[in-house]
Amino acid sequence: MGWIMTTWDSLPLILQLGIKIGFIVGPLIVAVAYYTLAERKVIAYMHVRVGPNRVGPRGLLQPIADVLKLMFKEMIIPSKSDKYLFLIAPVLAVTPAFAAWAVIPFSGTLVLADIDAGLLYVLALTSMSVYGVIIAGWASNSKYAFLGALRSAAQIVAYEIAMGFALVGVLMVAGSLNLNTIIQAQSGGLHQWFFLPLFPLFLVYLISGVAETNRAPFDVAEGESEIVAGFHVDYSGMGFAAFFLAEYANMLMISALTVILFLGGWNSPFDFPPFSWLPGVFWFLAKLSVVAFLFLWFRATFPRYRYDQIMRLGWKVFIPVTLIWIAVIGAFKFFTPFGFIFS
Amino acid sequence: MLANYLPVLLFLIVASGLGVVLLVAGKLLSPHRPNEQKLSPYECGFEAFEDNRMKFDVRYYLVAILFIIFDLEIAFLFPWAVALDDIGIFGFLAMMIFLLVLVAGFIYEWMKGALEWE
Repeated sequence: MGWIMTTWDSLPLILQLGIKIGFIVGPLIVAVAYYTLAERKVIAYMHVRVGPNRVGPRGLLQPIADVLKLMFKEMIIPSKSDKYLFLIAPVLAVTPAFAAWAVIPFSGTLVLADIDAGLLYVLALTSMSVYGVIIAGWASNSKYAFLGALRSAAQIVAYEIAMGFALVGVLMVAGSLNLNTIIQAQSGGLHQWFFLPLFPLFLVYLISGVAETNRAPFDVAEGESEIVAGFHVDYSGMGFAAFFLAEYANMLMISALTVILFLGGWNSPFDFPPFSWLPGVFWFLAKLSVVAFLFLWFRATFPRYRYDQIMRLGWKVFIPVTLIWIAVIGAFKFFTPFGFIFS
Repeated sequence: MLANYLPVLLFLIVASGLGVVLLVAGKLLSPHRPNEQKLSPYECGFEAFEDNRMKFDVRYYLVAILFIIFDLEIAFLFPWAVALDDIGIFGFLAMMIFLLVLVAGFIYEWMKGALEWE
């Protein structure tokens, strides 16, 4: 083992970082690929179907077949489209979806960049993802794509605010923007996790997360039955694959953030053996899977919201709820003896 | 301190590189046989009647403006929330007064019907 450490130390810093990044991006791509399979399987079983089961044992090679197929499909660039923007849009969708993982703490020590402005960085990047959608819809120069982009823009804008306010609530309790510090503030077991004192914010964050990623029941930006596929209707081959990749990476990202901010991150739910024997990574990934599963469950269960209902929920329900809860947290902290609930 | 941000920068480069690699790989591996019909914008079999970048509802601008106001508000709230334990009751009340002004504007918008979609 010794020689591995010495070779590792002798590598230049850039190379070390590159390898570490590879160890995040590689598994992430695999996770995204198998998340798509999980989605199809889970929804299939919820519909009492079997789901993909032809490629490989029990359909386990399906995502690989999908990738290969998309790779060899012609990439059509419509003649009326804005060529450069049309090609930039998928890159702009993928970049923030992956780059946000740079600051995610997988365990107490397993984090690429333990920066103090972690949450701010994540917030900035998750907001960036709307640009890919808008630019795609604009550049395609197709009515469906344009409508999809418009819907997506107004929707994301509405839920972004609710999400931001929910984060403010977490910050008021945790007192830090560093994701690891936020997790440490939740150590000590299930009852210390922020989803209890911040329950309304937890719900708002989770539901806004579904809306932010344009997932069912908020998937009006794609709305297969209304506007075909929305913003990416004119994309084919790897252009389409890029949007697909970005969407699922974003879903995993939102799941990871929900776990970090409200469900105790890598903390174990009970602070005694045998639960505390398991490593933090295990707990983090287990919780992440549960939240990621919720995304699939929602899609199989809820019918699509009408657009005006979506806007009403965002502006007239979530924003007031979060604003009130911020005031409640502060009032409890400073004016009642029960402030310990929120610290 | 700032060295902590190097991995982030590198990750950003890798992530955008990933996007570019995807597109380039698709371009290299896939066939390229364009024809006029294939390259026309997706529409239900018709020629496009007019330019697709059509006029749209002014409501979208209204929502965008509202968004900017609230997003700025969040930008103010972030440092406030982090420092809440240090600034104490005075800081809390000051922000609540500020929020009250914002909420007054929000209620006005609501009553005016800027948030109605039909």
